[in-house]
Amino acid sequence: MDHTHDKYYIPHGSHWPIVGSFALFVMLGGFAVYLNGAAIGGTASLFGLAVLVVMMAGWFGNVITESMAGYYNPQVDKSFRMGMMWFIFSEVMFFAAFFGALFYARQLAIPWLGGEGTKFMTNLMLWPGFEALWPSNGPAHAGGEFETMAATGLPAINTAILLSSSVTITIAHHALKNGNRLQLNLGVLVTVILGFSFIYLQATEYMHAYSELNLKLSTGIYGSTFFVLTGFHGLHVTVGAIFLTVIWFRILRGHFTPQKHFAFEAASWYWHFVDVVWLCLYFFVYWL
Amino acid sequence: MGPEYEATADQYQADDHDHHGAPSGIKRWLFSTNHKDIGTMYLVFSLLMFFVGGTMIMIVRAELFQPGLQFVDPAFFNQMTTMHALVMVFGAIMPAFVGLANWMIPMMVGAPDMALPRMNNWSFWLLPVGFTFLLATLIMPGGAPAAGWTMYPPLVLQTGDAFPFLVFAVHILGASSIMGAINIIVTIMNMRAPTMTLLKMPLFVWTWFITAFLLLAAMPVFAGAVTMLLFDQFFGSHFFNAAGGGDPVMFQHIFWFFGHPEVYIMILPAFGIVSEIIPTFARKPLFGYNSMVYATASIAVLSFIVWAHHMFTVGMPLAGELFFMFSTMLIAVPTGVKVFNWIATMWRGSMTFETPMLFSLAFVFLFTIGGFSGLMLAITPVDFQYHDTYFVVAHFHYVLVPGSLFGIMAGVYYWLPKWTGHIVNEKLAKTHFWLSAIFVNITFFPQHFLGLAGMPRRIPDYSTQFADFNMMSSLGAFGFGLSQLLFVYIVYQAVKGGEKASGEVWDNPKGLEWTVPSPAPHHTFETAPEVR
Amino acid sequence: MTNSSGFRLAGKITTLLGLMIIAPTAFADMVLNLRRGVTDISQTVYELHMLILWVCVVIAIVVFGIMIVSIVLHRRSRGAEAAGFSHSTKAELIWTIIPVIILIWMAVPAAKTLVVMEDFRDSEMTIKVTGYQWKWHYSYLGTEVDFFSTLARSSNIARQLRSGVDPFSVENYLLDVDKPLVVPVDTKIRLLITSNDVIHAWWMPSFAVKKDAIPGFINEVWFKANETGTFRGQCAELCGRGHGFMPIVVDVLSRQDYAAWIDAKGRGETVAMVDSTAAAEAPAAARELSGEELYNISCGACHQANGQGLPPTFPSLVDSAMVDGPIAEHIDIVMNGRVGTAMVGFSTQLSDAELAAIISYERNAWGLNSGDTVQASDIAAAR
Ligand code: HEA
Ligand code: HEA
Ligand code: CUA
Ligand SMILES: [Cu+2]
Repeated sequence: MDHTHDKYYIPHGSHWPIVGSFALFVMLGGFAVYLNGAAIGGTASLFGLAVLVVMMAGWFGNVITESMAGYYNPQVDKSFRMGMMWFIFSEVMFFAAFFGALFYARQLAIPWLGGEGTKFMTNLMLWPGFEALWPSNGPAHAGGEFETMAATGLPAINTAILLSSSVTITIAHHALKNGNRLQLNLGVLVTVILGFSFIYLQATEYMHAYSELNLKLSTGIYGSTFFVLTGFHGLHVTVGAIFLTVIWFRILRGHFTPQKHFAFEAASWYWHFVDVVWLCLYFFVYWL
Repeated sequence: MGPEYEATADQYQADDHDHHGAPSGIKRWLFSTNHKDIGTMYLVFSLLMFFVGGTMIMIVRAELFQPGLQFVDPAFFNQMTTMHALVMVFGAIMPAFVGLANWMIPMMVGAPDMALPRMNNWSFWLLPVGFTFLLATLIMPGGAPAAGWTMYPPLVLQTGDAFPFLVFAVHILGASSIMGAINIIVTIMNMRAPTMTLLKMPLFVWTWFITAFLLLAAMPVFAGAVTMLLFDQFFGSHFFNAAGGGDPVMFQHIFWFFGHPEVYIMILPAFGIVSEIIPTFARKPLFGYNSMVYATASIAVLSFIVWAHHMFTVGMPLAGELFFMFSTMLIAVPTGVKVFNWIATMWRGSMTFETPMLFSLAFVFLFTIGGFSGLMLAITPVDFQYHDTYFVVAHFHYVLVPGSLFGIMAGVYYWLPKWTGHIVNEKLAKTHFWLSAIFVNITFFPQHFLGLAGMPRRIPDYSTQFADFNMMSSLGAFGFGLSQLLFVYIVYQAVKGGEKASGEVWDNPKGLEWTVPSPAPHHTFETAPEVR
Repeated sequence: MTNSSGFRLAGKITTLLGLMIIAPTAFADMVLNLRRGVTDISQTVYELHMLILWVCVVIAIVVFGIMIVSIVLHRRSRGAEAAGFSHSTKAELIWTIIPVIILIWMAVPAAKTLVVMEDFRDSEMTIKVTGYQWKWHYSYLGTEVDFFSTLARSSNIARQLRSGVDPFSVENYLLDVDKPLVVPVDTKIRLLITSNDVIHAWWMPSFAVKKDAIPGFINEVWFKANETGTFRGQCAELCGRGHGFMPIVVDVLSRQDYAAWIDAKGRGETVAMVDSTAAAEAPAAARELSGEELYNISCGACHQANGQGLPPTFPSLVDSAMVDGPIAEHIDIVMNGRVGTAMVGFSTQLSDAELAAIISYERNAWGLNSGDTVQASDIAAAR
């Protein structure tokens, strides 16, 4: 059956979404069971994750074949772009929630516990002697004495890494537009390597925090905000890096033309997004 | 002046070489990429959930029928209240609107389908997963969630095995809403017929367009909030625990930053629906089309800076209480503009009162009453008296039941002939309307008095002075509930058969959906229509 | 359900429709409307409430009036021809600006009231209010006086599932406590409100006071009652299974009576005049209660009648080491509670005999039949 370019391509029935639903059901259901204390839940959860990966491979596989077969006219391409942009927007809002929590804790909760504003009695009667300082693990010193991660050192290196990685991905993009395949290939490759080294350093940083600094997720509000913010960011970097890896292999396969390369752009937008999030993190979490 | 529409027979082909109408069998539904089939699934699912959530609250109303505990344990009562709200909000009202969006938006903007059909399918098929989690909690050790749909910690952390399932249900339903919203935004921005300029779009499309942005901004925040709950419960974080430097009230801020936009998510599409229906049956173009659009937009913007009006009693600093009081009161202005526009549309029209119109008129009346009580709640010092009483319950049911729900019913009666190709049984439909309209008031109006007299919400048993009005409310509730069985029968009838409907169905309605035959062919507008 | 209420039920259902019609017109009626209350603040709040209410009623009359006129006149069945107009900048400006003006006019007095409410200067005495699942604890700062205030026993028995007790036979059903909060009249009293477990809310409608009790934080409110008397309210934030059963009662006494009361309390005496609210109970509670009844009232809410509890928060007693372990430990836990858990000590709330009865019951119920019996003297010894 032919799909002429002037027509907006409407795919026929696809079984991938329902597979995805099944995957999420097993993955999250299993995880919930695991959290309730039944070990098998963990196994189920991993199985669900595997199915999810298969589903994504299959789903994106379909999209790629259709795209290569030239089913997608510019309007379809535009739909994909808009979709990706608004998806990233929703991701921004997800992080906004955790940044909100950080600001609230620093600007309101801790000062109140320290007796500021109308909360003088809170401090006097419930938490006598607690001083509102940041970083803080709260009046009960949850998790005990701890040190914070110095903004210099690993975090600084990580910042450099991510910044340069978004430079390299931009170089690659220009290369793609100018049809310079080699530069494109290397640009993406370097980005991927930088991405994974960021994750590696982040991991060592966590180990350092847990073993030497006694900085844990359970270290009061500081540990909570620190690990949840950096953790979800790390997760997104991982996803982005995998995304870029796929793109790299597609480049090897000779996919993407100077005119049509939505997937590549999607990946790079996503990469810039995790980059920006990191800058906010570095500024608000590590520096201030 | 509203836009003029025109489309000729060749602008929709029922079938072309590789579209063989609707595929058959279960695959048609499981694998569907067709906006009409997916819309149907959404609507059916939502009706089902409406009955589930309703049955739960019937248990509540039965227990509240008279003082003393007759039927259920207080813990179970709280589970019913909580689940009722979650099911109604995320299972009945929201999916119903998404279903209507799926069915109508592509037709209204002259698009062949939604922009991202596969993702559209996934948005729907995530709902059953989410609700399997949510409803399965009913049989888990410790029972279903019972901390209210607002899930305030620390109480919600006392939930039993249901807890992680609650959190993941929220994640999944959130993902579904976000994908749905993205699809609607992209469809409206990218799939309109070339001549369908933004300010020619029907208001239902406009209100949904704006609603989609609310979803996109609010849902991820909600996901974040419950994620923090999960971490506090299982991974030892201290977001909502003062000892660790957190604050239980912080959750309430994050929740309501989502929660208030959420309530407008449940009303804006209804605004759109009545804005479609009233002009049709007043035989007069919608009054103040542009101001309708701007009003909707400003309601949406304002909805992000009023959240703390749900938390006036948590002990906010005076400045905060003042700010949130003023910003909340402000919302009355754009909403008023809409109400006045609807009335101006009726003014000097030539009205007839078919069922969709009846529901729309009831909507304008009763939503406005709910709005007034909302405004009263906005007055902080007085809210100290109203807060967490049945006055609040009365308020939000007036905006949600004769508001959102009647809006949906109006839409269904309006478009059902277009979907099924059959005229709806007017006589039964009108009966259904009158029963619903009367019983809804018997159910919820007395709750104003209960609240003012001092009856707190979320209690399974009450002091004897509240007996009369509770009995009245319960009787109304049973009546309202049973009346809904009639609705199911009417829809069933229209699906099965009946008098054939013309393409226009009503008397010269405006909008592209009326230029295609009834029932609407499986594929419409594969080539864009003309909009003058 | 007893006959009397059976008849009442039948009667009510038939008369309800009538009631429905008159109800909305009966706004003046106390049961229908907000109460005026007995503090200056609550009066102002009441006036504010009536102001907004009437504003809304008037707007409603105008808006609905126009709508109804249009529905009546501009219908096709009356041969009305549709006009073509679809906008009027003038009209739209008018109905944007007028509401704004109305709103500002309402916002000003509201803001003023709020400011007054937040003014804590020169309050004459301070009481710390702590919410528990599911009771209130009051401690009078600067004195020895502090006590728990729990749902009155008569109500507590009647409110058990299918208790067979007709709520109408219990006076102040669910709105009565064993020990009310006692305060002097004409005195600016500051409350420091917090919680021991989950969020509660201390609500006294007659004072227009409602503040959340938040664990780890203290909220402040104040009131100044102008009249003596007994006033009743309830917990106003969902706090779990017993949320509906932790009422609040405030006895406002003349300054002299209060002085006498606090002074006697300081010496640990019970003061008939006030604490009698607990003594003068409905017949149901007059008799001696069995260990089982006492258990269901005091412990059943959490540990359940069947002793299975509501894990993880409320552990099962049946399979806990406590009930078949050493008696001394059992007594200790029941009397002094377990720190860091929802389990509070009951030594201040129950008599020696009652504690003994409960513990004996726990050790022999649910098929444990250890045969142990604990005597009031054992408890006295443990105090
Ligand atoms: C569809 C959902 C919906 C809608 C549209 C609204 C609309 C409004 N709501 Fe409501 N609300 C809820 C759903 C909704 N609400 C829910 C679910 C809760 C409870 C949540 C929970 O705790 O479980 C709640 C609770 C709630 C509270 C918290 C009460 C408390 O817990 O103490 C408040 C307080 O300010 C409030 C205010 C308002 C206001 C000012 C509006 C305004 O938008 C109303 C504006 C409309 C009008 C005013 C009428 C028309 C206007 C005119 C005719 C113009 C002229 C009028 C004047 C100038 C007065 N709402
Ligand atoms: C979102 C929309 C929505 C909708 C549509 C409804 C619909 C209804 N609600 Fe709901 N309600 C909420 C949202 C909604 N509610 C929310 C958010 C809360 C707050 C929860 C909380 O405090 O956390 C709430 C809480 C709430 C309470 C307070 C409970 C408490 O505080 O303890 C009550 C009490 O009367 C109530 C009543 C009703 C009734 C009678 C209906 C009726 O309209 C339902 C009618 C439908 C049916 C009855 C089902 C269909 C019919 C059948 C299944 C046939 C069988 C029927 C019979 C046998 C009679 N609701
Ligand atoms: Cu304590 Cu509700
Ligand atoms: Cu709100």
